[in-house]
Amino acid sequence: MVWVNDIIQGILVGGLYALFACGLSLMFGVMKVINLAHGDLAIIGGYIAVGVIAVTHIPVLWSFVIVVPLMAVLGYVLQRSVIQAALDRSILTTLLVTFGLSVVIENALLEFVNANSHSLGVNDAIITSSFSIGSQISIAYLLLLIFVVAVVVLTGLQYFLSRSRYGRMIRAVADDREAAQLSGIDYRHVFGIAAAIAFATVALAGIAYGMYSQFSPTTGTDTILLFAFAAVVIGGLGSLWGTLLGGVVLGVSQAIGAQISGSDEFLAGYIVFLAVLVLRPQGLIARKATS
Amino acid sequence: MSEQGPSEPKGRGDAWTEERGTSDTPRAPKGAARSGLSDTPREPKGAAPSGLSDTPREPKGAAPSGLTSDEGARREDGASRAPGGERDDTAPGGERDDTAPGGERDDTAPGGEREDTAPILEVRELTVHHGQLQALDHVSLRVFPGEVYAIIGANGAGKSTLLRTIAGLHQPTEGSIRYDGQDVTRVRPERRAISGIGMVPEGRRLFGSLTVEENLQVGATYARKGPWTIERVYELFSWMKDRRAQRTEQLSGGEQQSVAIGRALVANPRVLLLDELSLGLAPVVVQRIYGMLPEILATGLTVLLVEQDVSQALRVASHLQCLLEGRTTLEGKPSEVTPEQVEVAYFGLRTPVGEGSEEP
Repeated sequence: MVWVNDIIQGILVGGLYALFACGLSLMFGVMKVINLAHGDLAIIGGYIAVGVIAVTHIPVLWSFVIVVPLMAVLGYVLQRSVIQAALDRSILTTLLVTFGLSVVIENALLEFVNANSHSLGVNDAIITSSFSIGSQISIAYLLLLIFVVAVVVLTGLQYFLSRSRYGRMIRAVADDREAAQLSGIDYRHVFGIAAAIAFATVALAGIAYGMYSQFSPTTGTDTILLFAFAAVVIGGLGSLWGTLLGGVVLGVSQAIGAQISGSDEFLAGYIVFLAVLVLRPQGLIARKATS
Repeated sequence: MSEQGPSEPKGRGDAWTEERGTSDTPRAPKGAARSGLSDTPREPKGAAPSGLSDTPREPKGAAPSGLTSDEGARREDGASRAPGGERDDTAPGGERDDTAPGGERDDTAPGGEREDTAPILEVRELTVHHGQLQALDHVSLRVFPGEVYAIIGANGAGKSTLLRTIAGLHQPTEGSIRYDGQDVTRVRPERRAISGIGMVPEGRRLFGSLTVEENLQVGATYARKGPWTIERVYELFSWMKDRRAQRTEQLSGGEQQSVAIGRALVANPRVLLLDELSLGLAPVVVQRIYGMLPEILATGLTVLLVEQDVSQALRVASHLQCLLEGRTTLEGKPSEVTPEQVEVAYFGLRTPVGEGSEEP
């Protein structure tokens, strides 16, 4: 029964990891940009939420209403300026530029906020309460909520990409930028839209992480980015459902590792990550039609 | 090197290094093609090859082994002859005479009627470089409404570069492009597409992960008003409707080409650029696709096409221009040019018709 509980907890945490990962996956799928600042941007989302809540006193769950659009705008602007300029030089330049962005964000946070840990909505009932199934299984409402949000976001994104006019344009640009131009599509704008969506999901991930745990300026690179990478690689690059599966596999293996020995939690996750890289480098779900 | 994309059957790298790069494979009529220059006698052992210019190529050089001997010999023959001027191509006895395959100007006006209306597309003295390599050298052309303007030329002649530059995918180093009276030389490709310059790129370049219908929908995203709709394309290519939900990756080459044409058509372009429709397709399929052209033209389009397959181009074209190594070597109506002229302009051969052998 302990194991069942672990696996359930792992699956639910996997939702959070999928939320970390889907923006990374989207930006890679469309722009071929590996955004090394991804985790730091999530943390920025968290800090913005802290500020927004402090100023407006809105409930933590509603902070996304402000944080998500803000981050989306930031995504569009960053893509159209810094990242596009890097892309115009080469794909490798984007790696350097986003790495630089990550360093800048981290140090700016240390400078202007502080190195202390923050978290969101510590006293909210939703964050602390849970319900039990039987005697051994206890499910936190918050984790369940995050998992549901992750599934909704991924489903919505999938639907947007496969059905909407903009989604079609994003996929077309991802397939062949030049051919898209010949159809009148300004791929820079489409890239901007894709980045805005990715940053919006990052904002959600940052808020979710802030409620689930606590963050400091370095959490972005030492936790979120790594987990996002692991989830994307395990699941398969460019596949949104793969991202969810990757997050879940990562979460479950961490939970099982923690059960074996408290210090093996992260190790277990990375062993699975390595095993997938060696045995099935394309990921559990290979790239499909979308993104 | 990237001028024509990856699906070129012959190695483009070879073509380029051979023709423009370090090697000096003899290309006799390089200079001859240009009006005004062609009457200078070609000195076979001339100046060192500059790599770009019309200076005669040293026949014995660093050229890839085995490639040159034949051409070199031919060139020596031809080049030792002093061509009698650029109109020389009509000279008697010259059934393969080619020393001066007509200057550029020679045939811009094959009849008065082309000049009566304003050109819808006008390219002036266009020069394009790919890095260090010069792909186009002062190429000009004028396309009039309703025409089928064909550009022929061998591998690496610069045809695709010309079309891609007109579409905006390359920036010229010199020269200008005017469309519908407006200078569009610095206009971004997507703006040109929206304003009515459509293109079927070489190698089809479909959105592989999208379905047939989605490809057409993308093409119609910024469509102008006009006769072409997705339904109309389905009528033109009868097989397409039944398979519209298929991903284009799964289609055959000819089917993909049809989708690529459909994708360009649904935007209702005024000028349609067709880049090597025949590439990689079976002759039967090529026939079928070119067979669609009249129906497409009937809707009032102007077509500028690039073709390696000369006979195909001659069949459909109302005006013809031949490129060789980035320069215009022949221009005129298909009815006004002789196969010999075309052959010479296309291959750039100097055959020993004149002094070289028979007429020392």
